[in-house]
Amino acid sequence: MPKLKVALYWAASCGGCEIATLAIGERILQLAEAADIVFWPVAIDAKYKDVEEMEDGSIDACLFNGAVRNSENEHMARLLRQKSKILIAYGSCAYEGCIPGLANFFNARAILECAFLETASTDNGGKTLPQPKFNVPEGELDLPVLYDTVKTLAQVVDVDYSVPGCPPEESATWMALEALISGKLPPRGAVIAPPATAVCNDCPRIKNEKKVRAFHRTYEIVPDPDKCLLEQGLLCCGVGTRGGCGALCPRAGMPCTGCYGPVEGVRDQGSHLLSAWASIIDSNDPDEIKNILDGIVDPAGSAYRYSLPASMINRARVKP
Amino acid sequence: MTDFEPKIVAFLCNWCSYRGADLAGTSRIKCAANVRAIRVMCSGRVEPAFILRAFELGADGVLVLGCHPGDCHYAEGNYKALRRMTLLKRALAQLGIEEDRFRLDWVSASEGDRFSHIVNEMTEKVRELGPYKPREEARVAQA
Repeated sequence: MPKLKVALYWAASCGGCEIATLAIGERILQLAEAADIVFWPVAIDAKYKDVEEMEDGSIDACLFNGAVRNSENEHMARLLRQKSKILIAYGSCAYEGCIPGLANFFNARAILECAFLETASTDNGGKTLPQPKFNVPEGELDLPVLYDTVKTLAQVVDVDYSVPGCPPEESATWMALEALISGKLPPRGAVIAPPATAVCNDCPRIKNEKKVRAFHRTYEIVPDPDKCLLEQGLLCCGVGTRGGCGALCPRAGMPCTGCYGPVEGVRDQGSHLLSAWASIIDSNDPDEIKNILDGIVDPAGSAYRYSLPASMINRARVKP
Repeated sequence: MTDFEPKIVAFLCNWCSYRGADLAGTSRIKCAANVRAIRVMCSGRVEPAFILRAFELGADGVLVLGCHPGDCHYAEGNYKALRRMTLLKRALAQLGIEEDRFRLDWVSASEGDRFSHIVNEMTEKVRELGPYKPREEARVAQA
């Protein structure tokens, strides 16, 4: 059997997914046996031009991590879709927008002004902002254009599979790679991760009836090591998040932040988390409820930390 | 915008608010025709996702009506709705959705006039705000 041709790419991401790919350990040798990596900017020296020259559909599978938030990301998403038989949204950014997706609370102008003009440590006397085109003696240079709205990969091109996680755990990464190597692929459109319900099912903490009189931020309390973190007033996203990660964060005393995305069958993870958190408040008094809810400093940001671009209201409406 | 007729989705609880709406009808109380009523068993059944979905599908405003506090047919469902909608309202504000586009209130089975009052008031407020446009696809970065 001829070797598979595999490409890996990063768009708007932090690079963590690249490292997560290597977390499969020595099984990378199995991958190397079965597949040739034809494009992987972080590891091998192949240029965009090389990809452009490949025949359409000549890449067997592309693991695409990162969201789409500028013209370069979009160009590469379209190009790799065209060249790949199977396109996998690998990791939370490509799958649902993730941390870069929080930019959807703002727009491009506000972000550029904050980064280049307003921050206290910035010394930008000429008030220079990135320009998409710039003339130098050698010719015209161009930079990718930053978009107002961060998009998931599936909002830009057709995606065959998604792998959740920020970054994906090696169990999910290997599931995807093994499926590719063996050719035993799940139905198109599937989210590839170990079968699981919510993170709570993986979490060993003792769970009782949830009744909360105050919400805390993680630095404010030292949680009981055995009890459910949500019951202790920490904003744990485990109740509304796909399991399969092994509940790593709650095991280590940190509340789940929701990186595996919504549980199967749910589209809007954040609204379910808002619903769950509010439901457990132990009060029927409107003013007291408001006071208790003051403990949730950033409701939308906490509930949609990883999923704003993929959610029903995919961005905030802001002044242009 | 004089010809703009807001579309308002209203989730009405089976035991109080839906009957209040019914009473408004049988009593021939005049009422803005902008509300699309969806009957649910309890305001506690209304998930925040329902409200977001309504906005996503083109509603200009969303109304959730339940039994008055203490009157819930299921004892506590409306309190659950109160907690959820209070938090949802804060998240909606962060998403730039104007406060007047979403309202949680209580209407009993005998309050046909109150139902019509709430519907009329909400319709006028949303009419002033104009249509809700969910997705802005502006792509130009530089100001």
